Amino acid sequence: MNPLAKLLEAALFASAHPVTMEEIRGMIARDEASSDDLTAAMDELRRHYDDDGHGVELIEVAGGWQILTRPEFTEVIERAQLAARPQRLSAAALETLAIIAYRQPIGRAEIEEIRGVGAGQMLKSLHERELIEVVGRGEGMGRPLLYGTTPGFLEHFALRHLGELPRADELAIALREPARPADLPEENGATPARAATVQPRG
Amino acid sequence: MVVLTRDPGVEQEVFVVELTAFSGPLDLLLSLIRDEQIDISDIPVARVAEQFLKRIRTLGLDEAADYLEMAARLVRIKAQMLLPRREGEEGWEDPRAELVRRLLEYQQVREVVDVLERRADERRGRFARAYLPQDLSSPAPQAAILALSLPELFAAVDRVLRVARKPLIHDVVPRALDVDGAIATVRAVLAMRARARWRDVSAPNAEPWQVLSTLLAILELAKRGELRVAQDRPFGAVEITNESAGEAA
Repeated sequence: MNPLAKLLEAALFASAHPVTMEEIRGMIARDEASSDDLTAAMDELRRHYDDDGHGVELIEVAGGWQILTRPEFTEVIERAQLAARPQRLSAAALETLAIIAYRQPIGRAEIEEIRGVGAGQMLKSLHERELIEVVGRGEGMGRPLLYGTTPGFLEHFALRHLGELPRADELAIALREPARPADLPEENGATPARAATVQPRG
Repeated sequence: MVVLTRDPGVEQEVFVVELTAFSGPLDLLLSLIRDEQIDISDIPVARVAEQFLKRIRTLGLDEAADYLEMAARLVRIKAQMLLPRREGEEGWEDPRAELVRRLLEYQQVREVVDVLERRADERRGRFARAYLPQDLSSPAPQAAILALSLPELFAAVDRVLRVARKPLIHDVVPRALDVDGAIATVRAVLAMRARARWRDVSAPNAEPWQVLSTLLAILELAKRGELRVAQDRPFGAVEITNESAGEAA
C-alpha cells in the first residue's frame, strides 16, 4: 500500500468518529500531498478492503470516512457481546427527525403542527442522543428555539450528507404543493393533483 | 362530548387495532383512509369522524389529548359540510382542504420515515471502532467509587438507611437547679474566709446546672446584702466579699 493510504488507515482506526477530509489534511504537510493524492489514497484503501477480502470496509459518511464491519458479521459479533446494535428509534422519533431534516431550521410549534402531537419530550430525547441540535432562535413570540440535524444524525442513517435524502419532488406526494380542490379549475376535467389516493405503506 | 349513532354496518368493518401502534392522530387517520380505500381528496368526513371516535375510545387519558383535538376537528368539518350552500357559489372553500393538506404532508413525512428506517437498519448492523477518547482534563474520578464490591455497597446503603431511620433529635431535659444548695455552699465558704473567688465556690468540673445554681445563689445573696461581688476590670476575676462579716467587723 501507498504510505499515504497506510496513514489514512491508521487515522481511521484511531478515530471514534468519521474522519473528515479537513482532519486528514491537518495531518499532512500541504506540499506533501495534493487533494487528488488523498482521494487516490482513500480509493486505494477502499479497494484494498474490497478486493483482498477483509472483514471491514471503508464507508463514506457524515462528510468523512469510517471503517465499519461488514454486515455479514453483525450476528456473530453481537452474540459474542463484543458490540451491540444501537436501539431502533421509534416511529414518532423518526417522524420528528424526518420533519427536522427537511425543514431545518424549524421550531417546535411547526413540528407539532405537522405531526399533530406534542413534541417537547421527543425533542429533548433526540437532543440527548445528539441527533439534533439547537441551531438558532426564531422570530416572534418568545423567540422559539430552532432545531437542525447533527453529524450524528448523518452517521445514524449512514448518509454522506443531507442531499442523499430523497428530494421533496422525488417523493410520491409533493410536500409544499398540497392538493387544494377549491383551487382547481372546474372545467378542466383532469385533476392530476387531486388523484392522490393513499397507498398502503411498504 | 359528542355522541354519534352507531351504525352496525360500519361497526363490522372496524378491525381491532392497537392504538399504541399509531404515532399520532394523523397516522390513525391515514390508516383509516387506507383501510377504507378512500380517495383522500374526497373524504367522507361523517364516516371517518365516527370511525376515528370509535377507535380512540379505548385510549388512556394521557395519550388521548392529541387524538381528541383531531376528533374535534373532524366533527367541526363534518358540521361545516352540512351547512347549505348555493350551487356554484363563489369563494366557497372546501372545509376539508386544510385537513387534506395536512394529511398529504404527513403522508410525505411517513415516506421519508420509511427511507430513514431502511438506512438506519442497514447501519445498525455495522460496527465502528468502539474507542472513545478519554477526557484528560478530569482523570477518572469514578474509579474509586467503582472499586466497591457489591456487599460493600449494600453495607453502605444499610448504614445510610439505619441513620436515616433514626433522625438525630437533641432532647432537652429540664434539670432542676439547686439554688438553695448553692447558697449553703457559698455561705459555708464565706463563713471561713472574708473573701472568696469564683473558683472557690464553684468546682472546676462543675456541670452547667451547678454553675447556674452557684451564679444564682451569689446573685441572691448579693441581693439580700449578705455579700458583695466586684470585678476590678471587665472579664476579670470575680471577688466575693462577705458583707455581713464586714458589718460585724
